[in-house]
Amino acid sequence: MTQQQALQEYLLRLADSDIILGQRLSELVGKAPALEEELASTNVALDLIGQARNWYEYAAELINDGRDADNLVFLRDAHEYRNLLMVEQPNEDYAVTIARQFFFDVWHYFTLKALVNASDERIATIAAKAVKEATYHLRRSSEWVKRMGDGTEESHRRMQDAFDILWRFTGELITPDEVDHAMFKAGIGPDPEQLKQDWLGMVREVAAQATVTPGAEDAWMYMGGKRGEHTEHLGHLLAVMQFLPRAYPDATTW
Amino acid sequence: MIEREPSSVDILIASDRVPANARPELLTEEAIWELLDNVKDPEVPAVSVVELGIIRRVDWDGKHLTIDVTPTYSGCPATELIEELVVEAMRAAGIRDPQINRVLTPAWTTDWITEEGREKLRAFGIAPPKGNASKMSLLGVDEVIACPLCGSEHTERISEFGSTACKALYRCLDCREPFDYFKCI
Repeated sequence: MTQQQALQEYLLRLADSDIILGQRLSELVGKAPALEEELASTNVALDLIGQARNWYEYAAELINDGRDADNLVFLRDAHEYRNLLMVEQPNEDYAVTIARQFFFDVWHYFTLKALVNASDERIATIAAKAVKEATYHLRRSSEWVKRMGDGTEESHRRMQDAFDILWRFTGELITPDEVDHAMFKAGIGPDPEQLKQDWLGMVREVAAQATVTPGAEDAWMYMGGKRGEHTEHLGHLLAVMQFLPRAYPDATTW
Repeated sequence: MIEREPSSVDILIASDRVPANARPELLTEEAIWELLDNVKDPEVPAVSVVELGIIRRVDWDGKHLTIDVTPTYSGCPATELIEELVVEAMRAAGIRDPQINRVLTPAWTTDWITEEGREKLRAFGIAPPKGNASKMSLLGVDEVIACPLCGSEHTERISEFGSTACKALYRCLDCREPFDYFKCI
């Protein structure tokens, strides 16, 4: 894999994780447990979709095969998506929605913090803007983890269940592959070992305050999202997200 | 005939027209900034795009105009509309082909909101950003936000996100009114 290919892969991973989580959160429109939470979820979705656009536009320039950002989002199938498995998991119980957000936000925050200093100026520029937004996302999701975890007996049970359900998807966030190593070597991506320590450190800290128990570091983990091997949920999500542009390819306004 | 103030709808309809008698070459760069100061943020119409600090640069040589605009948030849905409103305002002044440059760096910060802008936000019922954006804490305690309506500092945050991504939702525990807080970023 050339460095150029690794960079394209890496940009698609960032963009795809943003857009898929943005789509998941958008499903809460009209369905969130409280109006304030609907506003918050969709605001976070909006930030993520905006960040995704910035990453996609750069990726499209590098790929340079005539596809633009919309094309990459609406006309690729599941096996071409490079998002983390975590973000495609369904909303389910609201504790799951929040825990998923929290696990992602911690990863996102530390990743973006490193990308701000990327040797690639375009990446540094996009990250400098995104990291400010991700900081607010993490503030919110970590507060909810604490409030639910250290809340009533029922809310505690649900947050612990959410941790247990989603823990098997956390390994992918902090297990580097050749693309991650190549990006670190190129002075772009975070130091994989540092990212892992930062992620585990903050997750354990917040979990302790929330009185929930995170899973074991050596637990068996689902991986493959970054290579295009996804859980069954992604196809269903794409079917909804891509329906309109696929059914009406010449639609320009909706 | 009933006289009325032109509404934003009229401006939109007239957008492609450049007044025939306009003399844009007489405009100074300062005058361009004044024109921009009349363009309101569509989501927070209390402040202009200049007061919000999103106009980063104006380059005008009497013929060619380039304006650098930076979005507040990556996903701000008003970005395109703001750019259109800026173009329309320039066309209305007779400048035919203003160029809008979208810049991401340096990233917008609430520190760029002018003093006047902050005062207008407060008068509009939105608590202006407090403190310095660089000192925003990740997991720490929040600043005390004064109620923009009664001034009380006895307030509490309801949600980190309000009606738009740039605002949080607060409530005053004295006058009991809910209000928006323009977040530090």
